[in-house]
Amino acid sequence: MSLTGLPLLQQLLLVLAALVLFTSFALLAQARLVSAIHVFAWQGVLVAAVTTLVAAAGQLHHLYFSALLTLLLKGLAIPWMLHRLARRLGLARHVESLRGPALTIMAAVGLVIFSYWLVLPMVQESLVFTRNIIAISLAVVLIGLLTMVFRQQALVQVLGFMSMENGLFLAAVSATGGMPLAVELGVAFDVLVAMVLFGVFFFQIRESIDSLNVDRLNRLTETAGEGD
Amino acid sequence: MSALLLMLLTPAAGAITLALLPRLAWAGWVNVGVSAVCLGAAAALAWMVGVHGEVAGHSFRVDALNGYLVVLTAFVGFTTAIFSRPYMRYVCMRGRIGERRMRLYHAMYQAFMLTMLLALTTDNLGVLWVAVEGATLATVLLVSLYRTPEAVEAAWKYFVLCGVGIALALFGTVLTYFASQQVMTDPEAGLLWSALYQRAGELQPMVMRLAFVFLLVGYGTKVGLVPMHQWLPDAHSEGPTPMSAVLSGLLLNVALYAVVRLKMLVDGSLAATATPHLAGHLLMGFGLVSFLTAALFLHRQRDVKRMFSYSSIEHMGLMTFGFGLGGPLATFAALLHMLVHSFTKSAIFATVGHAAHIAGTQSIDHIRGLIRTQPAVGWSLLIGVVAIAGFPPFGLFTSEFLLLTATMKSQPWLTLALLTGLAVAFAGLFRHVHPMVYGVAPQGQQPVLANMVPVAVHLGAVLLLGLSIPPSLARWLDMATGLITGTHLL
Repeated sequence: MSLTGLPLLQQLLLVLAALVLFTSFALLAQARLVSAIHVFAWQGVLVAAVTTLVAAAGQLHHLYFSALLTLLLKGLAIPWMLHRLARRLGLARHVESLRGPALTIMAAVGLVIFSYWLVLPMVQESLVFTRNIIAISLAVVLIGLLTMVFRQQALVQVLGFMSMENGLFLAAVSATGGMPLAVELGVAFDVLVAMVLFGVFFFQIRESIDSLNVDRLNRLTETAGEGD
Repeated sequence: MSALLLMLLTPAAGAITLALLPRLAWAGWVNVGVSAVCLGAAAALAWMVGVHGEVAGHSFRVDALNGYLVVLTAFVGFTTAIFSRPYMRYVCMRGRIGERRMRLYHAMYQAFMLTMLLALTTDNLGVLWVAVEGATLATVLLVSLYRTPEAVEAAWKYFVLCGVGIALALFGTVLTYFASQQVMTDPEAGLLWSALYQRAGELQPMVMRLAFVFLLVGYGTKVGLVPMHQWLPDAHSEGPTPMSAVLSGLLLNVALYAVVRLKMLVDGSLAATATPHLAGHLLMGFGLVSFLTAALFLHRQRDVKRMFSYSSIEHMGLMTFGFGLGGPLATFAALLHMLVHSFTKSAIFATVGHAAHIAGTQSIDHIRGLIRTQPAVGWSLLIGVVAIAGFPPFGLFTSEFLLLTATMKSQPWLTLALLTGLAVAFAGLFRHVHPMVYGVAPQGQQPVLANMVPVAVHLGAVLLLGLSIPPSLARWLDMATGLITGTHLL
């Protein structure tokens, strides 16, 4: 079955999922910190929109709740907290110089292809929709990982981490109609606590190395492992 | 069921009480008391499991496998609480941490215990994930407790690496749920391990294979498997020592437990395909690489806690290998090894904590002459290291011997690799420990206030297990072996 043969609703879902993937790319290459936070907020809103659509399509009422939770947490609360942290840390106008942006983007494209290659044989031909969504979610997760590896700014690394969570949520919602509610609440709680702890850490890191460029966190290596 | 509830509520209540406690001087004792109640409840739970075979209900399920780990966890939590009381008071008196951080330490200690026990007793794979992630969140601020640049760096690495790892495990969990939805009618039961296990044969092998790779990498990060182990030596060496003891003794075990449960599911799903032992082979590979790498790295360590954290990686590798090898003998050996390693390693960390206070540093080059200065600490370290290196008559010798026998039967060539690794690890440990224990003590080195009872209890238990395993424990481990492999050993 080809993509055009799918019902309109599923086609719309795929478009939205593709947009989530696009925001992942934008997050990877966005040098301005504040803009990166905005991109992340948009990604949260898009994931919430996907969740609402899935809920409407499948008459899954508990998903409306998940959609609201995602919108509040990923679309509003976490971007707002990051914004505030960026202001308090004096990073509101921070622009990071990217190392080899073209290469990074090529690596991300490679990850998308890899995700499709991994997921392709997984489900039978009839599940063309699920297969695409799982592949896209996996790509979002892996690009989040790439963001954490390639960017040196601690705040951007957190954005990468959170966009990995977005990818996971996208997979859970679109491929399986959402995890059981207890699990979803637990995951949301963990994400929120993690965000608060990240905030605490920014100040600890700045206090110890006078910067948020985590490349400078390099005291602990095998050869220099002696105590003080 | 009520024992289970009490066991989970005690640390939860303890965490809240310790966060709000008005008199900080009591915090150490309250911590010990709460841990003691928790241990009592765990023992009662184990008794019920022993009588009924399993205790289940409300998405919780305790059988022989996790029942034994629950008691182990509560026990090590209790003894470490006893050790941590004078230790943390000493740290506080030396002015390394203030009152607020003492409060944070005690509250998070109990929060960590809660996540460990929840991860062990839950039947829901999603809740398991939430609890294991919760364990990271509870301990990450403790790793940076001393606020030195090294400690902050270690905590950041721990947070980011374990966060990423565990995110991959969540992807694996989502895939498992996806597979379960094709066979289960009730979506709420779709993540219950027991329900999945009953119908494991129907789960789509292609999906489960992919899911297991993600789950193994995810939970394997927490087990400390090479090459995802980078956080472990840093977090263990920079955090307060009681934290190192529970991280090594408990967290690694719980993560490995999660891997074993998931392996059981995947084995069921892949049984009819061309690669029925894929999960086992993956575990063997990761385990062996971790074991050998860590054994080599033991030689070049200069920080004593860092060295023992590599020894933890080495032993976790050995257990992973054992579970991967499969079969009743190897599984029994791995289960026994989990127990004796937890006991020995938490005793060693407690001793090393006191040794570092005596010398005023964690640097191996500057810790000298422990037996002269404080014989109890010196001898404990020596005996602990003899035990961890796998010498008779200690329990680790028994488990390693059983594992080697099992390897000899099914994969004879790998015995050679295991023996080489054990010898290399032994040499690495002793070349560092010998001068620390026997060397000439520097001028003016003073003994410190130390409670060596927990260490003595742990090492005594390991010795006892090496001489003769009590029949009840052997039966219990055999029950767990039967659950994992389907065949009994005894």
